[in-house]
Amino acid sequence: MSIEARPPPPQFAARLKRALGGRAGWSGFVVQILFVAALVWIFYEIVANARTNLENQHITAGFGFLKNTAGFDVSQSLIPYSGSETYTRVFFVGLLNTLLVSLIGIFFATLIGFLVALGRLSPNWLLSRISGGYVELVRNLPLLFQILFWYLAVLAALPGPRQSISLFGSFFLSNRGLIIPKPIGNPAFEPFVMAVAVAIAAAFLLWRYARRQLFQSGKLITIWPYVLGLLVGLPLVTALVFGAPVRFEFPELKGFNFAGGSRVIPGFVALTLALSTYTAAFIAEIVRAGILSVHKGQMEAGASLGLARGSVLRLIVIPQALRVILPPLTNQYLNLTKNSSLAVAIGYPDLVSVFAGTTLSQTGQAIEIIGITMGVYLLISLVTSAIMSFYGWRLGRSLEG
Amino acid sequence: MSDITTSAFVRQDLVPERLAPIKTTGFVGFLRTRLFNSPTNILITVVSVLLLWFTLVPAIKFLLVDAVWRGGDRNVCLAESAGHTVGACWPFVEAKFTQFIYGFYPEPERWRVNLTFLLGALLLLPLLIPPLPAKGLNSGLFFVALPVVAFFLLHGGGIDGFGVSWTATMLAGFDESIGNAGAALSNAGQTSAVIGPLLVVLGKLLTLFGSAVSWLIWPLIWLRDQIQASSRSVWIDFAVTAAIVSLLLFLLNGGTRRGWRSLIVSLAIFAGIGIVMSVMGLDHGGLPVVDTRLWGGLLVTLVVSITGIVASMPIGIALALGRRATIPLIRIFSIAFIEFWRGVPLITVLFFATYMLPLFLPGNFSVDGLVRALIGIALFAGAYQAEVIRGGLQAIPRGQGEAAMALFDLLGSLRASFSDPVWATPTTLFTGFAFTGMIYFAFCFGMSRYSLFVENRLNAHRRN
Repeated sequence: MSIEARPPPPQFAARLKRALGGRAGWSGFVVQILFVAALVWIFYEIVANARTNLENQHITAGFGFLKNTAGFDVSQSLIPYSGSETYTRVFFVGLLNTLLVSLIGIFFATLIGFLVALGRLSPNWLLSRISGGYVELVRNLPLLFQILFWYLAVLAALPGPRQSISLFGSFFLSNRGLIIPKPIGNPAFEPFVMAVAVAIAAAFLLWRYARRQLFQSGKLITIWPYVLGLLVGLPLVTALVFGAPVRFEFPELKGFNFAGGSRVIPGFVALTLALSTYTAAFIAEIVRAGILSVHKGQMEAGASLGLARGSVLRLIVIPQALRVILPPLTNQYLNLTKNSSLAVAIGYPDLVSVFAGTTLSQTGQAIEIIGITMGVYLLISLVTSAIMSFYGWRLGRSLEG
Repeated sequence: MSDITTSAFVRQDLVPERLAPIKTTGFVGFLRTRLFNSPTNILITVVSVLLLWFTLVPAIKFLLVDAVWRGGDRNVCLAESAGHTVGACWPFVEAKFTQFIYGFYPEPERWRVNLTFLLGALLLLPLLIPPLPAKGLNSGLFFVALPVVAFFLLHGGGIDGFGVSWTATMLAGFDESIGNAGAALSNAGQTSAVIGPLLVVLGKLLTLFGSAVSWLIWPLIWLRDQIQASSRSVWIDFAVTAAIVSLLLFLLNGGTRRGWRSLIVSLAIFAGIGIVMSVMGLDHGGLPVVDTRLWGGLLVTLVVSITGIVASMPIGIALALGRRATIPLIRIFSIAFIEFWRGVPLITVLFFATYMLPLFLPGNFSVDGLVRALIGIALFAGAYQAEVIRGGLQAIPRGQGEAAMALFDLLGSLRASFSDPVWATPTTLFTGFAFTGMIYFAFCFGMSRYSLFVENRLNAHRRN
């Protein structure tokens, strides 16, 4: 067989044609020109209309309004905030509230989702039916319905502060929300945090060392007692030396309400409950599908190598299932973050509620505010997908290599 | 023989019976293998039974056993007057039923909503049953004719023109916008120094193009003016449109040799449109207008979800094709468009539709609030549909879509009904949620089961 001559390198004209019109060539170029013309025309119309409309409504476009005083209160904020702060501060208060409820929701949704998935896969008939029933029921009711149900029917139906449901005498659940003890930092707080950080770093190094030993010499070192000792012991020793790192201000019933402690507002409780239980149903299905997608032969092969069932799951099944689970799981996390915007229905002060709601109705700067809000969600989506695709890339590399 | 039976190594009596093997079939076997086969499983079973005992039993007690079924006001649902613990207060649902279904749609006009529901069900059912014939005609009626008819039925109002007038007005507006853009460009060019001359030339070219277009569409404008000047202008316009479209189809599809079929089909379609127009009296005002602010309840829920499903199809197909296009700019635009709508929550889309869209439209051009929301939902659902069509997604994430129209729809009506003091009882809230939950569950569960059925049917070749 003779070696065939390579095709000649593409000519300049052909390259130009491809660069301008893609694979479709010159006709593609003409279509693109027409398409751009149409886009430019639509864009021009939008800008011209917006300018006339804004002039008629006496609204000045621009971001100057962000420096104005907001003048309204927000029921929950992670950073110090009062009505005399600017709209920029309101934006950050809303953003932090959105991120808070999303992160806590993601944590609980993942936890419940994995548990329900394991329940569905359980050989116990009753448990698998209950888990299946949960998934079907929760997935087929709209999320807003569930949010309103928790907020209006369950939380509002709780007794008042004087008859509140008490847990261990320090947590109080009533129709004013959840009252929890408030942690207050002592002088010993900083050494404590440093001790925790040192313990985590040392445990990580130990884990790296054990892993390297395993890969290089095949020695299996049991490290978990040392890790546990480090993580518990070191902070404990610091606490004994320097005194308690935090003290708790316990809520007390005074008159008709509680004094002391911090209050988790009902909107937050309802939103977290609804978001985590709703998303958990979807996560359960994803996890179940991921575990079932690993062939049964893999477990049998692991068992025939002499691995215990837990090790088979940890070392063989879950890494392979994760590759299937990860992309849809990311999608669910993003859905949860976006769904948290339904908070506007129950008055939880998230980004949409305080910024696109109250601020918009006060200032009338629709284009800027909705642009910023949409941009924030878009940014969160893009960053999360970037992180997750990086993780998926690493996982794929470690499975191949 | 007898010496064998007496010999020492031959047994003299029967072997004792073995126990029967443990039963693994039937009810007892099922209990043994699936529920009580190990200590862990026994524990799990007990916990599950307890869980059911504390959830299912109170639910059934609340919904059926302790429920109050008849009555006129809140007193029957109070524990003092009923004499026992009161569960669900069904008279509340009965009293608020019309509000849940129609919102504040005026009472004498509700037959229009019922008729629309009936038409929709009559057209949808044969579409869903695979063996029935004429799927093309059926889907055409459901996806194209029904939305138009439903609009005039639900909203009311008539038309003051038809194809010729609409086309002429649209083209005239387009032409005017081109002329304006040309003039604006020329003006901008005169003030700017560097690229000024280029802009001026571009503006002049645009103006020239605009006047050329206005010459081209002049006969159509003339025709419109003639039609509008006559009495019975709608019907004349209708006839002219029917004639022009049918003739064009006839000529384009092969003229006297092969065009007869399309001519007949076109004339039949126009005859159908004409019959609907005359029955509904669209030429002289149609039915009385019901403002969309009065709509509510299940009506709006269904209008929103069906519009979302129907309108997302063409948008989704166009975007999916655009994403696979060979022309780079169209591909980039489609990807950006899809990812934008998928990256933002529906609530912000609705805010966008409510507050931003009116700013982008010409000042004299106001769009109804519901229609604005529907536009937002259609764009949003279209982007997801594009990914479903491309195969990148398994299904549209549910929940957001049905849920977001809280201001008008079933949930809105539910919330409104809670504030009625006539029915203020401790169990009203739970009853309302139970009822709406059942409606939502019936629709969503039905849809998901039907899509599983279709999937199985389409995957028949893969089954083994």
